[in-house]
Amino acid sequence: MTVSVSVTQRLGDFALDVAFEAPSPGVVALFGPSGSGKSSIVRAIAGLSRPEAGRIAVDGTVFLDTEARLALPPEKRRVGLVFQDARLFPHMSVETNLRYGLRRAPAGERRIGFDAVVAMLGIGHLLARRPHTLSGGEKQRVAVGRALLAQPRLLLMDEPLASLDAARKAEVLPFLERLRDEIRLPILYVSHDWAEVARLADTLVLLDQGRVIAAGPVADLAANPSLPLAAREDAGAVLDGTVAEHLDARGLTRLDASGIPLLAARLPHPPGQRLRLRIPAREVSLAAEAPRLLSVHNILAGEVAHITPGHAPGTALVAVRVGGVTLLSQVTQDAVSRLALGPGSPVHALVKSVAVLRV
Amino acid sequence: MALLTAEEWSAVRLSLQVATSSVAASLPIAVLISLVLARGRFPGKALLDALVHLPLVLPPVVVGWLLLVLFGAQGPLGRLLHDLFGIRLVFTAEGAALATAVMGFPLMVRAVRLSIEAIDLGLEDAARTLGAGPLDRFVTITLPLMSPGLLAGAIIAFAAGLGEFGAVITFVSNIPGETQTLTLAIYTAVQTPGGEGTAARLAAISFSLALAGLLASELLARRMRAWLGR
Repeated sequence: MTVSVSVTQRLGDFALDVAFEAPSPGVVALFGPSGSGKSSIVRAIAGLSRPEAGRIAVDGTVFLDTEARLALPPEKRRVGLVFQDARLFPHMSVETNLRYGLRRAPAGERRIGFDAVVAMLGIGHLLARRPHTLSGGEKQRVAVGRALLAQPRLLLMDEPLASLDAARKAEVLPFLERLRDEIRLPILYVSHDWAEVARLADTLVLLDQGRVIAAGPVADLAANPSLPLAAREDAGAVLDGTVAEHLDARGLTRLDASGIPLLAARLPHPPGQRLRLRIPAREVSLAAEAPRLLSVHNILAGEVAHITPGHAPGTALVAVRVGGVTLLSQVTQDAVSRLALGPGSPVHALVKSVAVLRV
Repeated sequence: MALLTAEEWSAVRLSLQVATSSVAASLPIAVLISLVLARGRFPGKALLDALVHLPLVLPPVVVGWLLLVLFGAQGPLGRLLHDLFGIRLVFTAEGAALATAVMGFPLMVRAVRLSIEAIDLGLEDAARTLGAGPLDRFVTITLPLMSPGLLAGAIIAFAAGLGEFGAVITFVSNIPGETQTLTLAIYTAVQTPGGEGTAARLAAISFSLALAGLLASELLARRMRAWLGR
């Protein structure tokens, strides 16, 4: 099952011309600077705008096919849309808001239950309240619940956290993670915040000026030095890891990232828990030979995949393949020449345990 | 001693009845026209807007005369109504209600239209994605959100309708017990020697009704804004 989108649309001076496919269920992030066309794609999928040409289908249901002159109206698409501004109905209670879409969903397809959503989003104590009495984070959680309860075929989230401050974001993000893990639904997540995307998304669609510049698994795109992600100051590898065991005596946690063992500072998560990890490129050093007696816990033998100029002058971004994962290391050009590194060179990547971050 | 004579009471009652039926009959049309003016995009919109507002600037006597021409016994619409339904508007309370409705229409449309324009269209988009069709959206989102303007418009039109004079007297004349509303009764009393007492009492009632209408409108609007969390 997949989500497949291909649209072209002219909006004044701006031309949108994108095509991508995404696995379902799973979280696809549309990522790019503002003005790259993210929201236009969301509006086209929801049916709130009409592209000149294109085809949009979700799990076999065709929403739009301009060649076949087919365009379902938004109310028939059953796409849950969470807007940046929650857009709760001000004249209804939280509960009536939540039930708005639920009451309009076909009776035979009500598989997402009211109580389950309320519990998952932690909004049980808000049900009798009016939207204007809620905080920004609470509003967004209710908006997510309202969209979910409409029993959508696809959940669209258009910068749902962009209008929240850091503390409110941190409050809502865990709920979105639960949503991703507990509800088997394709989710399209729009954001210009790399940390959010790295934390939530499985698949990434990189957009710039109305075009797709790359699409694929987050880890692959994050480690690809030819993409703008590598030029970011916070460039780094994004890995999926599992908590293997806690080494309480040493204050460490051993993680397994696609077969690569990693030691991190003690994490609170139980063994077996899947985690999204980030290893910033500037926290990774390189050594030509395995060093001994080092404070660094993770010494990973691999080979150089490629070397590109770093985002600051005189620096280089070295991609190191270690087993099935690719790490990024930001070093100086001088270090590259001193170690005589080139594609294929054997090298050891040194990663401090405190640099293995939970996204 | 009774507060008012039977004739004075009948004028007050008639006024209330005329204002009520004029508001009730014109409200749905005002909502429709307001929606068209607030949301529609079509050639001739400026002309429609101007036509709706015409009674605000035309001399009421001219409006009354136009109604007489259109709805009089020999007028095209008057004859049609009479032949089809047996309805006669000239010299009747129904005619007074029509004249009052036409005069109050612009006031109503202004209030309703403003309240429609204040609605965040994003809310209706949200309702669409949640599966609500056009009529469903209108009933569950648009109508409740425009209700403050609806009420304010109705009350203003009602209060103004109690005092309509020129269009009413031109169209349906001034027949005690039939078309003599509060305002017309005051006019008659002022014209009649010794009618000062009647004029003063009726004027006081007129004053109180108008004031109560304005206060009620403001109070309700405030209540509804609080209800909507604005």
